[in-house]
Amino acid sequence: MKKRVPIRNHQAESALYGRRAIVSLSIVVIVFLGLLANLYKIQVTNFQEFQTRSNSNRIVVLPVAPNRGLIYDRNGTLLADNTPVYSLEVSPAEVSEMRIAIEQLVELLALPADTSENFYSRLNQPRRFPQITLFDNLNEYQVARFASVQHQFPGINIEGRLQRFYPHRDLLTHALGYVGRINQQDVIRLREQELYAQYAATRTIGKLGIERHYENILHGEVGYQTVEVNNRGRVVRTLDFNPPTPGRDIHLELDLGYQQVARAQLRGRRGAIIVLDANTGGILALYSNPGYDPNLFVGGISSAEYRELLNNTSNPLINRATQGRYAPASTIKPHLGVLGLHLGVITAESRIWDPGWYKLDGVERRFRDWRQHGHGWVDITKAIAESCNTYYYDLSFQLGIDNISSFMGEMGFGKRTGIDISEESTALMPDRGWKRARYNEPWYHGETLSIGIGQSFWTVTPLQLATSTSIIATEGRRLQPRLLRGIGEQNAIELTDIIENPPLVLSDPAHWQTIKKAMQATITDARGTARLAFVNAPYTAAGKTGTAQVVALSDETDERPDIEDVAERFRDNATYIGYAPAEYPEIVVAIALENVGGGGRNAAPVSRALMDYYFANDEEKAAILQAIEDEEADANN
Amino acid sequence: MQTTEERQRNPWLAKLHIDGPLFLGLIALCCVSLFVIYSAGGQDLGLVQRQVIRMGISFGVLFIVAQIAPDTFRNYAVPVYIAGLLMLVAVMFFGVTGKGAQRWLDIGVTRIQPSEIMKLAVPIMLAWYCARNPVPIRFLQVLGGLLLVLAPTLLIARQPDLGTSVLVASSGIFALFLAGMSWRLVFTGALTLGASLPVFWFFLLREYQRQRVLTFLNPESDPLGSGYHIIQSKIAIGSGGVEGKGWLQGTQSQLEFLPERHTDFIFSVFSEEFGFIGVVGLLILYSFVIFRGMLLSIRAQSNFQRILGGSITLTFFIYVLVNIGMVSGVLPVVGVPLPLISYGGTSMVTMMAGFGIIMGIATHRRLAISQST
Repeated sequence: MKKRVPIRNHQAESALYGRRAIVSLSIVVIVFLGLLANLYKIQVTNFQEFQTRSNSNRIVVLPVAPNRGLIYDRNGTLLADNTPVYSLEVSPAEVSEMRIAIEQLVELLALPADTSENFYSRLNQPRRFPQITLFDNLNEYQVARFASVQHQFPGINIEGRLQRFYPHRDLLTHALGYVGRINQQDVIRLREQELYAQYAATRTIGKLGIERHYENILHGEVGYQTVEVNNRGRVVRTLDFNPPTPGRDIHLELDLGYQQVARAQLRGRRGAIIVLDANTGGILALYSNPGYDPNLFVGGISSAEYRELLNNTSNPLINRATQGRYAPASTIKPHLGVLGLHLGVITAESRIWDPGWYKLDGVERRFRDWRQHGHGWVDITKAIAESCNTYYYDLSFQLGIDNISSFMGEMGFGKRTGIDISEESTALMPDRGWKRARYNEPWYHGETLSIGIGQSFWTVTPLQLATSTSIIATEGRRLQPRLLRGIGEQNAIELTDIIENPPLVLSDPAHWQTIKKAMQATITDARGTARLAFVNAPYTAAGKTGTAQVVALSDETDERPDIEDVAERFRDNATYIGYAPAEYPEIVVAIALENVGGGGRNAAPVSRALMDYYFANDEEKAAILQAIEDEEADANN
Repeated sequence: MQTTEERQRNPWLAKLHIDGPLFLGLIALCCVSLFVIYSAGGQDLGLVQRQVIRMGISFGVLFIVAQIAPDTFRNYAVPVYIAGLLMLVAVMFFGVTGKGAQRWLDIGVTRIQPSEIMKLAVPIMLAWYCARNPVPIRFLQVLGGLLLVLAPTLLIARQPDLGTSVLVASSGIFALFLAGMSWRLVFTGALTLGASLPVFWFFLLREYQRQRVLTFLNPESDPLGSGYHIIQSKIAIGSGGVEGKGWLQGTQSQLEFLPERHTDFIFSVFSEEFGFIGVVGLLILYSFVIFRGMLLSIRAQSNFQRILGGSITLTFFIYVLVNIGMVSGVLPVVGVPLPLISYGGTSMVTMMAGFGIIMGIATHRRLAISQST
């Protein structure tokens, strides 16, 4: 193979390469300088920007929920506590096979059957936190069981936090209320009040009772935790902690002992009890039976449980003490007596003859007294002590509906008392205007007579009965009833001020004594309607019984109850008001019992039990409560 | 003169066919690498150990290759190139797929990656091709050379492995440039390349590659999707500032906001922890290696050795350029590691073999002289 070999000039070739190499190196230098110029721009010129972005990558500010203030009774007994709970939290974004995982967990941890159903309904609702609670209250065994298999369930974690717990369960529900999950309406309301930021980490809010009314005292202020997170949002460490301000403790006027006595007295019966401190308006007892366990609502009540409460014919959800509307019956006779004396329609000595009935001119019907043959000559004292109806037919006829409704309005009927919970009814103090508006009818005299014995349209709440009785007991002081005693820590309670409206002034203050003597006669007089209940009481007391005929309750339900039930539902309601000691009243009591029969036989003994407890010394009190506990234990066995 | 001086200074190194300064430069880069890998890999000593083993193997390869007289490669230029090309074609039909690309060939005992072979086969082939005739290289020869470069480049690009194809193409084109292709051709070629970009765009690039380029042009358009890597990388580099956050203190890397921390994006970790001062130092170290490599190639005694040494050295530069350009947002993201720093073995072995050739060129001088005269 012939090939022309060119003459090579090694020097020239080497020089050419040298030149090209130098050009290449120059390019290398220029390019590197270019890279450096760009890196200079990023690292030096724009350092601030990238530093900020780097920090915002890794630094996250997390809100920290404040601990809710605790609630105590007047003796420092804890009524609402915060207890640690362990809940199973699901981060939907991190769970790939949701249905399978939930199914496995329900089986593995033996969770209640409706757990997954409730979970999926929450999953579809708008929510405030990235996690959704699968189950709220894991026990220790479940916590340990899950911890051992946690790695199989990415995106599902156990979270520990403090949750409201009501150790006395149904005993205080109608006073304390409860907290529940913050729902969409709460969010809207908090946003409107510009409080939403405070609830950034809070899960529950007061829904009812004290918990709702004093929400802003109990809640506290949110704290913030500045943490470093990795790219998956896991907290790596805490950089800064601005602790939340815990909510303030609340001390109530309530006395747990009264509540227990009240519950024991109402066992198996529907009704309500109010005990007031006559000199301050403080509510020593507020009990409505039946109650329910508020703890059901804290973690979110299941729809089945809620339906059960709603459909319960005894209506446990209603606070009978402040929302129950009862015919006052004879319990308002002292009040009407005060009005009669005040306007001079009657005097302490004036008498009428009671043949057992009262006849209104131009009306065929005879208005009957409860005692067929009448009480004979009756003055105001006898009229109250023996609960004479005829006397009151006459008195109310002379007073007229206008005087009655305006004066009873002064005593608080038909109005809210201003108690510090929102669940309160005005009940009804009827007048001509109301009758016209409601039925488009004039007011009839006959209706005035019914009003005179606390029947017809007039309804009252047990709380109204108590506050109005307190006005008589204190001879005109109008104290606003309240549950709150003070705020702050156990050893430094800031007591709340007594709220007192201008007193009720009579034409002669001696009228108060006349009525109070009459109320004492109810207990001391040989024919007094409450005499039997207070036999051998070691203290003096005054009171008034009431027995209301029931017509309305059965109309409220469409169901056709069985015969026995009908009989029960048509039995009379029993009411009672009272105070003690008779001379210098300290406590005031109001009681309403549904379908139990006469007030003297049924409601007055309840008052006796409450007052006995009040005047008992510490040892006796302990013995009373022990007896109640034993009885409850027996009843449960 | 210098050569005799060197021999007198480092008789042991000369006998081992090792160039002292270049060797020190490579060792220095490897040391930097181990520190950064320790930090980027979440302080996993196992990771560092595995990389030390790979480095040992790579230096072993360098040492063995350095013992071979450089002109020996001349004899194998054509067969190795053709074998490589055939393997690339084979990969197209029988290749093993991994990570979305068809790059490997299963030969029973092990899997080989023909594109890695081509990283050396192409510069050797082109050096042989250019050095057959006296330089400067002629126009028609340039065209022939371009065909030799284009064939493996396109085959690799189709795998797809954009990074390697860029490196292979660069090595061949550098050989042609060093062989003295006329400046007019250089500029014409650059213009033609520019004009043919649309062709690349529509016919050669896969969808994900186009996406990468689009993201590169405007990373903030898709900050959580494909722009995420570049944005997080720039945040890491930028937040390092002048002095850096300190070793093991880089929040972007330690908290795992950075992707591919110990491999392709290791430069971002380095920049975050050592700052602009560290970056300047690292580029000086790279420049030292490149200058030393070019100096050794200039001193070489034949066109083949010169062009081969220069081509390998400048390809090393392209590695650095493409990787740093990519992580700092001035070049599109193509999978090219930061040479000798990134975690991984395959490309390091090839690279060290290349440096072995350069050391051979520097130390087999006498033999080369005797052969060429």
